[in-house]
Amino acid sequence: MKPVFMTYTKKDLINLAVCMVLSVLIIPTFITTEYWYTSILIPWLCLALATIGQQVVMGYTGQLALGAAGFMAAGAFAMFNLILRVPDLGFVGSLIVSGLIAAAFGILFGLPSLKVRGIYLMVATLASQFFIIWMIDKFGWFKNYDSSGIITAQDIVILGKPLTTPLAMYFVCLAVTTVLTLLAMNMARGSTGRNWMAVRDMDIAAESMGVSLLRTKVQAFAISAFYCGVAGALFAFCYLKSLEPVAFDIKLSFKILFMCILGGLGTINGAFIGAAFILLFPVLLNSVGNNVFHGAIDATIISSIEQVIFGLLMIIFMIYEPLGMAKLWENLKQSIRLKLFSSGTKSVKSSAQKSE
Amino acid sequence: MVEELLFFMEVLVGGLLAGTMYSLVALGFVLIFKASATFNFSQGAMVFFSVLAFCGFMQDFNIPFVLAFILAALLMVVVGLCTERLVLRPLMNASEDTVLMATIGLGYVLEGLAQAAWGVEVRRLDLGIGDFPVPWIADNLKLFISALDIFAGLVAAFMIIGLFLLFKYTKIGLGLRAVADDAGAASSIGIPLKHIMLLVWSAAGVVALVAGCMWGARAGVQFALVDLALKALPVLIIGGFSSIPGAIVGGLIIGATEKVLEVYIGPFFGGAIEGWAPYVLAIFFLLYRPEGLFGEKIIRRV
Repeated sequence: MKPVFMTYTKKDLINLAVCMVLSVLIIPTFITTEYWYTSILIPWLCLALATIGQQVVMGYTGQLALGAAGFMAAGAFAMFNLILRVPDLGFVGSLIVSGLIAAAFGILFGLPSLKVRGIYLMVATLASQFFIIWMIDKFGWFKNYDSSGIITAQDIVILGKPLTTPLAMYFVCLAVTTVLTLLAMNMARGSTGRNWMAVRDMDIAAESMGVSLLRTKVQAFAISAFYCGVAGALFAFCYLKSLEPVAFDIKLSFKILFMCILGGLGTINGAFIGAAFILLFPVLLNSVGNNVFHGAIDATIISSIEQVIFGLLMIIFMIYEPLGMAKLWENLKQSIRLKLFSSGTKSVKSSAQKSE
Repeated sequence: MVEELLFFMEVLVGGLLAGTMYSLVALGFVLIFKASATFNFSQGAMVFFSVLAFCGFMQDFNIPFVLAFILAALLMVVVGLCTERLVLRPLMNASEDTVLMATIGLGYVLEGLAQAAWGVEVRRLDLGIGDFPVPWIADNLKLFISALDIFAGLVAAFMIIGLFLLFKYTKIGLGLRAVADDAGAASSIGIPLKHIMLLVWSAAGVVALVAGCMWGARAGVQFALVDLALKALPVLIIGGFSSIPGAIVGGLIIGATEKVLEVYIGPFFGGAIEGWAPYVLAIFFLLYRPEGLFGEKIIRRV
């Protein structure tokens, strides 16, 4: 398929239009309960954005990193300080700058990726996770010398108007996520993404083809941390409405890793699918526990079961479908297409070609 | 001056002995890596799972100490068997990173199962050895060193010597090394791959149980053990993933450095730097010696 605009094809534009209609028109008219916005849609968008960040470094560039939550914390606290100390920047300006600050951390802690890979790199990125959280925790300046531990996030002010309703927050997250997702798709399909994937598939071959490992890897880490930083800022300001380093602990990093892997490595839509699954599954499990068993099962047991199921899914996916749920979705679409349009061999062929 | 020196010695020895606890966790890691070239990320979860099972047997079913220990060890053998059958064998030809991610999943399964079966509250584990200074050493050498630390050090030394001898001088050890070198070639000359894998995973499970007992006696048997066990990773990077002596030396280096840094440098930064200091130390090691102190040089063929 030929791209129509930048690297987007006609199919992408149709998809975008459908998603936009769904998220801007249909969801706000039909979903009126606040719960859906504050506990599901907003965190979903924020975490999906962070997962795209993880995708860039892990799915596209093939570097095992485990520090997404650390960069999210960097972004969140950068945002807090920017709004506090440089009010002239405005919301969008602060968001971009806090993303850039997170990206600076990403570059610093991505440097070991030039020498090591696999689990070695994972340990190096764990350093970023623990270091950033510690730094924010121990130096009072970052928290504006607040001793209570939990800081209330400032209101989001856009064009002089403070946004407070969940719906407004949802639209802020939606706008940022849409722009950054389109950008990520464009990068992944352009020469930038080709370089990432070349490094992922075989770094030595990529290098001998003239792809600079230094540039590609550092770039991937910077972009990944930028996405995580922006996601962290949104997570703190739109979802948590408070800032505490504990919210960005290693557990969140693992969660994002799971979203990335279960969703499907090296896909953008996988980030959204994975984030939705990891967020919604516990909600589902809890409601099953409450409605079917009427609270007979202890909440701690339910959360343990949830953990077991996530772990099992991870193993099952690794064995049967290492490309995750995005690939399952792709297969499903393919089989439906084949069933609907396979009246003769000719149309089977053409539909198979189309999907390529 | 003498006082300061004594204090330094105390910090150093305390750190070294605490480091042996990290070594114990790292040891299980090394065992599996040596035999199957698999990074077993779930080793920390195995520590948590085994010691919680041990406590559960003792406290919920009133099974005596020794019997409970044996039962927990047997349980770890079963876990090893299931892991080998259900996780590793289907992933025989998968890439290293895929196996690593599967073991992260395995870790989640073990943590979840342990908590579902034995609850989430912190359990106390009493080994009969107190976590207080030994009076004899305190009187004669003026050093305050915990009895538990010394016991952990002795246990670690014992296990490491045992495993080292096993790998170096027995037929099983030779088989293990052959499998680690080239699983295909080893099985083609008749080394029973299945048995070897089962043996290694069981051994790693028992090592995890011992490590868990040491940690549990100190910090209580709780979920935080999993995070503590993460510190075995920098230990491995410093010592080398495939070396048993490396695990112990790496543990000692991490233990001593983190305590000394915490006591002498930590106060300038508000303390609690031991949370990240080992990882940063590991990064510096990675930059200069990626294969670790005792590891084999990593050669990648194109």
